[in-house]
Amino acid sequence: MTTLPIDHPIDELSDDPRQRAPLVLNHDEFGSVTADILRCNEAKKPPMAWYIAFVISFALMCVLGILVGYLVVTGVGVWGNNNPAMWGFPIVNFVFWVGIGHAGTLISAILFLFRQKWRTSINRFAEAMTIFAVVCAGLFPGIHVGRIWLAYWLFPIPNQMDMWPQFRSPLLWDVFAVGTYFTVSLLFWYVGMIPDLATMRDRATSKVKAVAYGFFALGWRGSMRHWHRYERAYLLLAALATPLVLSVHSVVSFDFAVAQLPGWHTTIFPPYFVAGAIFSGFAMVLSLAIPARELWGLKDFITRRHIENMCKIVLLTGSMVGYAYGMEFFIAWYSGEIYESFAFINRAFGQYAWAYWIMVSCNVICPQLFWFKAIRRNIWVIFIITLFVNLGMWFERFVITVTSLANDFLPSSWGWFEPTWVDVMTFVGSFGLFMTLFLLFIRFGPILAISEIKAVMPEADPHAHHGHDEEARQ
Amino acid sequence: MSGSAPETATQAAASPDTVMVDVRSKAEVWGLAAQFSTPAGIYEAAKKVRESGYRWFDCHVPFPVHGLDKAMGVQYTILPIIVFFGGLTGLLLAAFLQVFTNSVEIDIWALVSVVGYQFEVSGKPLISTPAFIPVAFELTVLLSALTCVSFMLFLNKLPCLYHPVLKSPKLKRITDDRFVLVIEAKDPKFARSATEAFLESLEPERIVELEP
Repeated sequence: MTTLPIDHPIDELSDDPRQRAPLVLNHDEFGSVTADILRCNEAKKPPMAWYIAFVISFALMCVLGILVGYLVVTGVGVWGNNNPAMWGFPIVNFVFWVGIGHAGTLISAILFLFRQKWRTSINRFAEAMTIFAVVCAGLFPGIHVGRIWLAYWLFPIPNQMDMWPQFRSPLLWDVFAVGTYFTVSLLFWYVGMIPDLATMRDRATSKVKAVAYGFFALGWRGSMRHWHRYERAYLLLAALATPLVLSVHSVVSFDFAVAQLPGWHTTIFPPYFVAGAIFSGFAMVLSLAIPARELWGLKDFITRRHIENMCKIVLLTGSMVGYAYGMEFFIAWYSGEIYESFAFINRAFGQYAWAYWIMVSCNVICPQLFWFKAIRRNIWVIFIITLFVNLGMWFERFVITVTSLANDFLPSSWGWFEPTWVDVMTFVGSFGLFMTLFLLFIRFGPILAISEIKAVMPEADPHAHHGHDEEARQ
Repeated sequence: MSGSAPETATQAAASPDTVMVDVRSKAEVWGLAAQFSTPAGIYEAAKKVRESGYRWFDCHVPFPVHGLDKAMGVQYTILPIIVFFGGLTGLLLAAFLQVFTNSVEIDIWALVSVVGYQFEVSGKPLISTPAFIPVAFELTVLLSALTCVSFMLFLNKLPCLYHPVLKSPKLKRITDDRFVLVIEAKDPKFARSATEAFLESLEPERIVELEP
């Protein structure tokens, strides 16, 4: 094989097609990779910023707990939900959080099957983010049922009433889809962590740590015979999770699409929801990765190239979402259905027009800035854009849920939804839950997939290294 | 016992020291570990160990070294086939669950009487196949994934509470940056000194004796 000579240094941002950009910078030894990734976990104290973030998050989580308690003892009247807007904030928040939860498994499963090696640096905390986002997502339908002590009615459990759930209802599909997604994501995340937990066990400085990490490491000893089955299991999980991740938001979209309401009853919903979920999920990964790599000193592993690649995916999925918005409008007009046409004109120019235009500017216009290389390489601008994308995606769910419910067929049954302070603070509190779990994870868990990162280093290839040695000897 | 101490002393005096050490360690040694510092090192070593006829050996590495399983002659795992049957179970379970709870009114005895229900909704057929697909899909994936992880652990004999390789404080860097080849004493070809000499010829960083 002939190789073209390369006359300039290859850095992580190089677009030279003759040489792949390095995935790990400034490290050519496996030991220093372990030490540098775990530096903040093994330090006596985390950075001050961690404490500040933790105190704020924990306080918000307490707010969430208090408000859920208030809801349970008082009833769903504390929310702004009314007739006709039966689905208010709880369902908007549920769809928002499930959407966020899509990036992790997408990165771990789909990018894995496509052999995108750059995923190794970001998959672990993206998966963690997925788990915690699905925890937040699962909370909202659970409390939306109102009498939460009857939440077990969601499941097909034999009971004294001889009643079963209705399997033709998308709401029940949702129970199975989200439940399966949570379980499979958790397994994927945990299985990926076993070798890294073993690393932390073997490096533990105290008995307590050694026992705690050792418990979760299951006695992993890096045996190649184990790795063989482990790699097959990982591949199988990726292959199983790939259709799963596409199905979950499709099923969530059926909650809307199977209903008869104008603005909901459309066939574009499943792909449109999936694209939106990946879009919001990647935005959230970026919003978390940018401060995390700064504080945890992980710039050699989550390089500017990783950030740039993620920006490109945000641009791609953002454009798909923008296309879906346009297509919805076109079909509403083209169908000649007066209710459908009205629903869309009402979204853009009706009483919730402000929400619609926040959504369009954040989701359609903002990510288009990523066409420019200078913006894809400016950390601060990226961070701000991703925050806007998160905001926009929440408003998308608000627009879809609330506008269609508030103004459906008969003007006599139209209504107006207004959130109460409990609605708003419960949503804010769910960020507290999410961030508390995430901060605990990055403090005590392996934030990056250490063994996978080592495996994508050029030093890890037994043949390349061997050939290199022979060349040196000749 | 007063007699035992002189006896041991006479034995020690009678037999050469080397033999004594060899006999004792033969009984106590679980295996020999050779530590390498590069993936290429262990790859070449594993190939040679396999070619020399050893079967009870293993490589302990911080990450899956590409091609090492083939070099060691590891048999391809049966896991995918098991997972297929796990998925099939999920599919059948979902079909049963949905037809039983929504389409038929029969009584099955599961500790108590459990009765199915004919759920008639807006004139839809009792067995509404399209509506039953999402849950069938989800349960197929769920059971496949659970089977996959549990059987991966089961076939690997994990969780493992105790293992000689984990016991040795000298091999703590397996999960960090060292590559360790272990030949177990139960291998028919294992002989304490010959195996050690053989491992020495593979140019490891060091050789560690493992206690059971």
